[in-house]
Amino acid sequence: MGTGDPLGMEGAHTQASGMGGMRAAGDLVARMQMTRRMRLKEAKEYVAGKLGCTPRDLSDPIAMEQIRLEKGLGTLAFTSSVRPDEAGMMEAKFNIARVLDIPINCVERFKERAGL
Amino acid sequence: MEPKIPTRMGDGSLVELTRSEIKADLEAGTQLAAKKAKVPELTQDELDHLLDIYASPARFTAVDIGDEVILSNDGTGTKHIGNRVQDLQSYEALLGVDMVELWQIDYSYKAIKTNVAHEGQTMKIAQTLLTNPVQYGAMPDLGRYSKPDGPIPNWSELLPLGKIDEARDAQVEACEMLVEDIDYVADAMVAAGTDGIDFDTTGAAGDADFLAGLTACRKLRQKYPWLGIEIGMAAEFVLGMHGQLEFDGERLAGMWPKDQLRMAQAAGASIYGPAVNINTGKSTAWNIARAITFIKPAMEIAEIPVHVNVGMGVGAVPTCVYPPADATSRASKAFVEILKIDGY
Repeated sequence: MGTGDPLGMEGAHTQASGMGGMRAAGDLVARMQMTRRMRLKEAKEYVAGKLGCTPRDLSDPIAMEQIRLEKGLGTLAFTSSVRPDEAGMMEAKFNIARVLDIPINCVERFKERAGL
Repeated sequence: MEPKIPTRMGDGSLVELTRSEIKADLEAGTQLAAKKAKVPELTQDELDHLLDIYASPARFTAVDIGDEVILSNDGTGTKHIGNRVQDLQSYEALLGVDMVELWQIDYSYKAIKTNVAHEGQTMKIAQTLLTNPVQYGAMPDLGRYSKPDGPIPNWSELLPLGKIDEARDAQVEACEMLVEDIDYVADAMVAAGTDGIDFDTTGAAGDADFLAGLTACRKLRQKYPWLGIEIGMAAEFVLGMHGQLEFDGERLAGMWPKDQLRMAQAAGASIYGPAVNINTGKSTAWNIARAITFIKPAMEIAEIPVHVNVGMGVGAVPTCVYPPADATSRASKAFVEILKIDGY
């Protein structure tokens, strides 16, 4: 919220105290804040419970890479790390919705419009 | 002689202050905020903690492992690297933000209404290419509805003429139009697959602007129980440009963060973002103590996530186009460790 600066200040924030987004599990915790209005502690505990890990693991990119692969929650593709045979983007969001037991709007729209 | 420590002013300039001078600035900042907002000053433990963070020559600082928070990212991207979706992808992959926001350069719901189909198409593309939550954001921006930009008589011109009733009527009329426009844009974005809607710098035009944000939020919450709705504020204090407007029977003018949060919660917001603007003539130590003092009472009653605005010129981050990482990381650590915020 309010980083607002288009010149990379987010870099300082993410390194100082950010969860790392998809590099770890920040995107999953963010979804609980958005869809269920959960405060941070509750959201971390909820996601950790669903993934079978500790809340601290959620900010650890090493722990989360393995968990994301196991559960098909999506990983980032870059240089020497590409996994075209694993879940990515929309496919990962289908899995995130199921694992976290939350509706994800674009997943619901996809199912509706694809007649699934 | 007491050694000097490099630190920042609110405009970003590097200065050298002694530990005693930084301590004095922290005390002055909290005292001023407490007096203005009629809230308690920070405790001695909190001031000591802030002094440890700010009286350090370190180039960077950070929270402990495990204490990380969510970074929602209004205004994601530079607008000048690739296209807008590529901007979002780079922030997801390289910067590691937790949510990204699609937005257009004319950051106002009134402006977006005219090209909402194109914005929706870009949202749809973004949703296929990102895993992160993608929200859509803009300012409520009530002033756009007044002449010469809009159809409503300009209350800023009516007020100096003593036409108080006319100025109030104009704001109420503009507020109704704004709620309709936010609702229209939000419906289109929901159809395109958005994960959330952001009302950025709510209250910028005063209490009628805040009322529009709250009213639109409640309307959207009734339609979309799952939708992420962020209400980020423009300032620490709601200006009474109208002065008599109420939400759920409570007067909005003059509200500080604690009451702003209560209203956002009642309206159904998912995330509330307090904003405390920076004083560029004071040190960042003075500014952080002032900002935390204003926001602390809100944190004590919060039932929804609170994402403090810590961008350029707010939340003790200097007003300059390249905010230094030493100042940004100190603000980040201070808010997380003193206030236990849910994100920023």
